[in-house]
Amino acid sequence: MLLELDDIHKSYPGDAGPAPVLRGVSLSLEAGQTLALTGESGSGKSTLLHMAAGLEVPDRGRVLIGGTDIASLGDLGRAEMRRTRLSVIFQQFNLIPSLDVAANLAFQARLAGREDHAWQTQVTRRLGLDEHTAKYPEQLSGGQQQRVAIGRALAVRPDLVLADEPTGNLDEALGDEVITLMLDLVAETGASLLMVTHSDRLAGRLGSRLHLSRGQIAA
Amino acid sequence: MNARTLAYAVCAAMVICAGPVLPQGFSGLGQDAEGFAAATRGTEIVFPEDHAPHEDFRIEWWYVTANLVGEDGRDYGAQWTLFRTALVAGPDSGWQSPVVWLGHAALTTPEAHFVAERYGRGGVGQAGVSGEPFEAFIDEWRMAGPNLSDINIFAQGSDFSYDLQAVADRGYVLQGDQGFSVKSPSGEASHYYSQPYYQVSGTIRTPDGAQRVTGQAWLDREWFSSILTGGQPGWDWTALHLDSGDKVMAFQVRGADGGAFTGATWIAADGTATPLGSDALRLTPLRRTEVAGREVPTRWRVELAARGLDVEIAAVNPGAWMDLTVPYWEGPVRVTGSHQGVGYLEMTGYE
Amino acid sequence: MTRTALSALLSHWKRKPFQLLTFVLGLALATALWSGVQAINAEARSSYGRATDAVGGGAGEVIKAKNGGPMDAALYGALRRAGWRVSPIVEGWVSVEGGRVRLVGIDPFTAPQTAAAGAAIETGPSEFIAAPGRLLAAPATAARLRTSPDLPPVIDAPEIAPGIAFADIGVAQALLGLEGQLSRLIVVSDQTPALRSLNEISPDIERQAAGSAEDLARLTDSFHLNLTAFGLLSFAVGLFIVHGTVGLAFEQRRPVFRTLRTLGLPARRLIGLLVAELMVFALLAGIIGIGLGYLIAAALLPDVAATLRGLYGAPVEGQLTLRPIWWAAGLGIAILGTATAAGSSLWKIARMPILAPARPRAWAMASERALWAQGAAAIGLLAVALIAGTAGAGLVAGFLMLGALLIACALLLPLILAGALRLAQTAARQPLAQWFWADTRQQLPGLSLALMALLLALATNIGVGTMVSSFRLTFTGWLDQRLASELYVRAEDDAQAGRLLAYLTPRSEAVLPIWNVEIEIGGAPAELYGVADHPTYRENWPLLSALPDVWDRVADGSGALINEQLSRRDGYGPGDDVPLPGGALTVVGVYSDYGNPLAQVLISPEVLTARYPDVPRLNYGVRVSPDRADALADGLIRDVGLAEDNLTDQAALKAFSIDVFDRTFTVTGALNVLTLAVAGFAILTSLLTLATMRLPQLAPVWALGLTRARLARLELVRALVLATLTLVLAIPVGLLLAWVLLAVINVEAFGWRLPMHIFPRDWAILGALSLVAAGAASLWPAWRLARIAPSELIKVFANER
Repeated sequence: MLLELDDIHKSYPGDAGPAPVLRGVSLSLEAGQTLALTGESGSGKSTLLHMAAGLEVPDRGRVLIGGTDIASLGDLGRAEMRRTRLSVIFQQFNLIPSLDVAANLAFQARLAGREDHAWQTQVTRRLGLDEHTAKYPEQLSGGQQQRVAIGRALAVRPDLVLADEPTGNLDEALGDEVITLMLDLVAETGASLLMVTHSDRLAGRLGSRLHLSRGQIAA
Repeated sequence: MNARTLAYAVCAAMVICAGPVLPQGFSGLGQDAEGFAAATRGTEIVFPEDHAPHEDFRIEWWYVTANLVGEDGRDYGAQWTLFRTALVAGPDSGWQSPVVWLGHAALTTPEAHFVAERYGRGGVGQAGVSGEPFEAFIDEWRMAGPNLSDINIFAQGSDFSYDLQAVADRGYVLQGDQGFSVKSPSGEASHYYSQPYYQVSGTIRTPDGAQRVTGQAWLDREWFSSILTGGQPGWDWTALHLDSGDKVMAFQVRGADGGAFTGATWIAADGTATPLGSDALRLTPLRRTEVAGREVPTRWRVELAARGLDVEIAAVNPGAWMDLTVPYWEGPVRVTGSHQGVGYLEMTGYE
Repeated sequence: MTRTALSALLSHWKRKPFQLLTFVLGLALATALWSGVQAINAEARSSYGRATDAVGGGAGEVIKAKNGGPMDAALYGALRRAGWRVSPIVEGWVSVEGGRVRLVGIDPFTAPQTAAAGAAIETGPSEFIAAPGRLLAAPATAARLRTSPDLPPVIDAPEIAPGIAFADIGVAQALLGLEGQLSRLIVVSDQTPALRSLNEISPDIERQAAGSAEDLARLTDSFHLNLTAFGLLSFAVGLFIVHGTVGLAFEQRRPVFRTLRTLGLPARRLIGLLVAELMVFALLAGIIGIGLGYLIAAALLPDVAATLRGLYGAPVEGQLTLRPIWWAAGLGIAILGTATAAGSSLWKIARMPILAPARPRAWAMASERALWAQGAAAIGLLAVALIAGTAGAGLVAGFLMLGALLIACALLLPLILAGALRLAQTAARQPLAQWFWADTRQQLPGLSLALMALLLALATNIGVGTMVSSFRLTFTGWLDQRLASELYVRAEDDAQAGRLLAYLTPRSEAVLPIWNVEIEIGGAPAELYGVADHPTYRENWPLLSALPDVWDRVADGSGALINEQLSRRDGYGPGDDVPLPGGALTVVGVYSDYGNPLAQVLISPEVLTARYPDVPRLNYGVRVSPDRADALADGLIRDVGLAEDNLTDQAALKAFSIDVFDRTFTVTGALNVLTLAVAGFAILTSLLTLATMRLPQLAPVWALGLTRARLARLELVRALVLATLTLVLAIPVGLLLAWVLLAVINVEAFGWRLPMHIFPRDWAILGALSLVAAGAASLWPAWRLARIAPSELIKVFANER
């Protein structure tokens, strides 16, 4: 099993005491599997994704990646896990504004110490970014920026891609196009994909789906 | 005669100039020589007047070496030296006196060698010499008495001192030709007389404590204005008290080519002094000792065939290194061979 | 990983070079002012140290006459013969162009191994000792000595302390007229047992600790402390800039930090890289700052040197040498400053959760709680200032009070400004005015650091300016009293003096002798004057305190007048005996003597000539009715043949005196200007950085119908309003500062106390200057706003974050 979330609980401090966001969520993902996580705003789906990425720590429950409980890894171990085994794609594209497109695309692979020029060139071409490699993020449209983010995530050939509303800032047509590219590349690398989305239509394009409601998996 | 200590006199002129580079000021010394008198043959030496400084001459010294035996039966040596150097010709009085005085004192035991050095300007009561009553002094060091045949000798350093009474019952010995002593083939010369007949008693002090001593001492007096020609890297000088009552002064000035200019005086037990020709003496180094990072001969064969002398002289303490502004070796020796006795050896220019 | 992450971090600066420039320049300026002042101080201190060391004092001991006077030179031989290892010194002053030089005669044969002894031997003993001898001096001093034809040849010896010349003791005795005498004897460090005690040799001498470098350092400490305080203030102002820039740069890069962490860069590595980045910049800025500091020091040192030479007789030349320790200290302070400025930012990042959002605006808005904490700190510091001011005494307490006061006022500034703006907002009726005041208040936290820097700079300017101007006013008034004679004449020789007197006596109301000799009191140079018993003195002389019958007692030869400097320095007051060559006299009065670098004593001319029969009798003041002064001057030139150079009228003398005065405060003035410039730069950088963040605030107002040009004008007005408010607050702070300077620091530093005067016109000028600075600083951001593309403003609505 590549990813296992086991009985995850998480609360945030609120005005009237702790407000529970996740209330015992469990899910698992096998290698090569793609899974969509749907739910309304505030259902806790993004928080769950952050847990899977090790960006946040659950109050209770375990997160296992490749059988390893990431709580046992410590900050350094989790950082290494994120660098080498996972890629995260956010709704906000999270590019580095002071680096050009080429540098952004190669960034995670370089950080992980496994740059593959041929693969990177291929990803760049597939994403239609050939013309734009010398530009800076602010000179790109939203769709182009998200393609760069996807390219950066896949250039490192991760085991697991975690995507949080990757097309949330794009219109429907553009969103579909970007999702298609992402799914193609994910399939090509053999990575698993966990994608958070509020769109049933997009969710339908993934292998399986789970619906989150008020912090719990809905049937 | 001894050709020793020219370097020290020169050094006195240069003051604290240690090191091979001569300061510019020194290069003017040759011209200044015109203001000074030169040593001339036939000049009569008169006492006690000639015990006092000769202001016409550039360089002058009062030089005593003493071979001593302690109550413990061991050999000791003491040296007391005062050099006078005039930077330019002129009277030695007042704060603008051109005269510089330099004192060296040493005390040698079989194991240790203590040295001290003093500088002083002339004319201000820090250093000077008067003929009779005799007094030579620099700082608190002194050699003084009613006359030069009855003197007290005192010096101290940070770790030693000595206080000796020296009495001579005979007259002075004129070196060379009635006190005119030639030093090099090219004719540089000095006025030179000695008093080799001092009987000494007194006290020496080292960090180990005080020791009563007795023995004999040798005084050299020499004054001149010219300096040695170049190409003479150093010299070896020795003065010997033989058990037979005879005394010997022998020296060689080593040439850069390996040759040497030698000279010697035989002073018979009855006091008659005979200068020996420049080829009468043979000095042969027998053993070298490493001192202060250099090889210094501390055992010599001394031959004066004309007088049947063939002895070995050996340093009481091979480490008698004078670690001063200009360093040299000077210390007591024992004499064995055709004659027995004691003496003093000085060697300079060993690099 | 490290390289990749570092390249991402550094790429920020490549895209925002101006921010980098601000950071580096701010730090460089701070380092420059600090290290420039330090260089000046170090140069002066090293001069004192070398001066002492060169004569073999150092930590050693000397033998001196118990009465402080010269000793019989025969003592030297006696001491040496008694086993005392001592080296003789004769000392005195020789007057040459550009101020006197201390001449030290040494005996190279016995002197401790020092720079001077070494140089003497290099020279060659024959030349050094034999007549005419040689003088050895630092190149700048040597150049001055060569202007005097009566001195022996001078040899440059860079290793010798400036302001000092060395000669052989025999040569020096002759030059100083001290034949057969010694000033003191250095006790050489390695002594052998002495044969006789000092007392046996002479009852009139004693052994003392040398330590004259310390004396000089103590004497000049207050002056250096003054400079150091200025340097520190400038550094603090510079740090405000750095703190602001680093904070902003970190805040703007928060998304990058977050992305880096998300992509798997460990937090510790991130902090390490940021620290390394900052250190590299700090080193770069430090090097630039040291270079600038060197230029500042080199430009200011000649005046400082002149002041020190004049005020304290301290041997300093206007030449700067680079010292490794100074480089190291400059870099150290740059790094320390960066660490101080960036510490809180780094701390925040270390503790920040990975997904914390970037909020540059929130960063710019200080929380209410922080504001109150600042207020509390300010109250605490005010208490410290109060305690230091009432309970403390002396220079350190004065500076403590100053420092606490200034920082407290700076900390209070944002609170007071916020209050003032709130009032204005409440009073405003028009919606645009209300928005303006509200928006200004909102902007205040982001600007408060720069405004605090401005407050410090302005207060310092007002304080120091008030001090200098008060001083000047008092000084010129005093000059009018002091320079009462209409003409001052100087004869070439005694014969001409006789002719002068004969000519002047029937043609003037009085001819007053001005005869003086240079002496030493307490080891520092002093002037001894003979003054005639005349109403000119009785009526005009500015006495601060006096015994009854003061002028009668001076006239009968039993009393002496001393200047305030001598009185404060050595603690003599009316009724005390002041030691003078030839015997002490009773102090009958103390007079103010502003601007005079030296201690001064006035006695009757009869006493002077009795003690110094050879005193030159060449200088005279002439009392004549002012309308006849010019005619008399012409007559002197025409009929007596007096050279024009030897005739000075009152006005010229006053101008010269004022010039001496002004030079003393050149450094203060220069540092003042530099500090203000740094504060201006702080405002500029703050406004520029705020401008980029303010678009979300401005865009809605623009959308509601205000033109960009109007907005830009309002931005300009805002900067001016804030600067004006700061100036108004700076005035009372500056006046407090001036009071401390005049009443505490000046007395310690210069030896005179002054009444305080207030100069509102100077404030107006300063106010105008600061408005110009603030206006100029806001002009660029405002201009950029006026020219901004509308699409940029629209973007605000399209894309938050």
